[in-house]
Amino acid sequence: MIRQTIALLLLGIFGIIKMPAEKSLDAAQRQAGLRGTALDLDLREMVGQRGFLAALSGFRSPLAALLWIEAHNAWERTEWGRMAALFDAVTTLQPRSLLYWDMASWHMAWNASAAALQDRSQPSEALRIRNQRQYFKLGRDYLERGIKNNPESSFLYRSLGVLLRDKFEDHCGAGEAFLKASQLPGAPSYTGRFAGYELARCPGRERMAYELLRKLYETEPDGRKPALIITLKELEKRLDVPESQRISSDVY
Amino acid sequence: MSVQVGVIARNTFTELVRQRVFYIILVFALCAIGSSIFMARLTFQEEFQMLKDVCLGAMSIFTSLLAILATASFLPKDIEDRTLYNLLSKPVPRFVYLLGKLSGIILLLLLFTLLMSAVFFLVLWLREQSVLLQTRSDFREAAPEELGAALKAVTDATFNANLFPGILIIFVKSVLLASLTLLISTFATSSLFTIMMAAAVYFIGHLQATAREYWLQGIEIKWWTRLLVALVALLFPDLQSFNLADDVIAGAAIPANIFLETFALGWVYTAVYFALSALVFAGREL
Repeated sequence: MIRQTIALLLLGIFGIIKMPAEKSLDAAQRQAGLRGTALDLDLREMVGQRGFLAALSGFRSPLAALLWIEAHNAWERTEWGRMAALFDAVTTLQPRSLLYWDMASWHMAWNASAAALQDRSQPSEALRIRNQRQYFKLGRDYLERGIKNNPESSFLYRSLGVLLRDKFEDHCGAGEAFLKASQLPGAPSYTGRFAGYELARCPGRERMAYELLRKLYETEPDGRKPALIITLKELEKRLDVPESQRISSDVY
Repeated sequence: MSVQVGVIARNTFTELVRQRVFYIILVFALCAIGSSIFMARLTFQEEFQMLKDVCLGAMSIFTSLLAILATASFLPKDIEDRTLYNLLSKPVPRFVYLLGKLSGIILLLLLFTLLMSAVFFLVLWLREQSVLLQTRSDFREAAPEELGAALKAVTDATFNANLFPGILIIFVKSVLLASLTLLISTFATSSLFTIMMAAAVYFIGHLQATAREYWLQGIEIKWWTRLLVALVALLFPDLQSFNLADDVIAGAAIPANIFLETFALGWVYTAVYFALSALVFAGREL
């Protein structure tokens, strides 16, 4: 019994010694974007008691995978509301997974929105269009939350640019998103061009678009795509760029 | 002394292997291959992510279970079949006996982790090859740069160098659990009690960080609540620190200094729990 008491006391002393190391490691892991999941009551409501227990026990990623498969099944049955609820749970469990944010957004903004527009059980076209727009917004919301959790990801900015361009026709917003994507590490080269194309259609940002595309035209010979040259020529006319400073008229 | 530790470790390892624990590898392989076939209907990015989720999750479950069950059973078993008395009647110090036993279990956990990793990487590689073949066929008329980009998207979604530190941390966590279970078993009276206690410590350990924050933030709480969270923070290990695989699967990178700190902390816990086990076991009446 004496040895057990001594062992307990030593364990307590070790606890005091290890505390600063644990705290510093915890802080370092959080700073590196690890341990970012908030295991709180919101998550408990989303995943249920057993799911929450699994998440608490260190099985966040397998649980997220299972819920994702469930969401996939819900997609096959076109249960859009259930899918959104499952996507919320999955993205809360794995906020660092770009794939989950991107796919959740795509399902909502492309698939669920199209289904809402073609929903024959809703006779009012105005309401169908309203529902469609709500799904667009939901898709945007996933990407914006994903970016908040992964600010260094060019991939999610790129997806946001595509969504704003194709579903909202918000060329200024899309241009900004593509521009941000192009400035982040690992961005595909087309994000810079896309930023230029979209900003060219954003009132008041034509000059910036011109400078951006002109720089790509000058610095990336492989990037002299037809769309880039056509946009540059249009911008030169709109901005009244002096003839001597325009790109060669030999191209296109 | 090292010879004695080696002999006991080898015997422990052989005993555990004879208990057919390697059937778990078969279950793991079925998990990996089965989930891979089932998930073939998803996009390849989803499929690879799910495969990593399931395999690393299964690896974590199996190694943790094995660490707790194997460690909890050896002391009562050795007492029951009198092996312990036979051993300790020879000039074998008690801590050498414990160190040998723990080393045998660590060896088994290492082999387990290596075999499961091999199965995991093999299934992942096979699926990658299959998707690459399909992509080459789909893009056979496309421009070379388009094909290159498509193939790169596939390879980027499969292997990730951070998977290795993630798996190593799973192994260290299982070693820590084995050492912790050993400490419990030195004062426990049955293996059932040890298993139940180790499982409880496992769950509490995952909440230790929350208790620590609660204690140190200085929130106004009743004194006995403060005492309770302080005890949890002091006496239990922070097991959440060792769940880096979840973030690795999601694509997060583990910086080298964080990996080394986590790795070292795991071994410090293991060493301290072992030292305390030796202290308690030295005074135990057999």
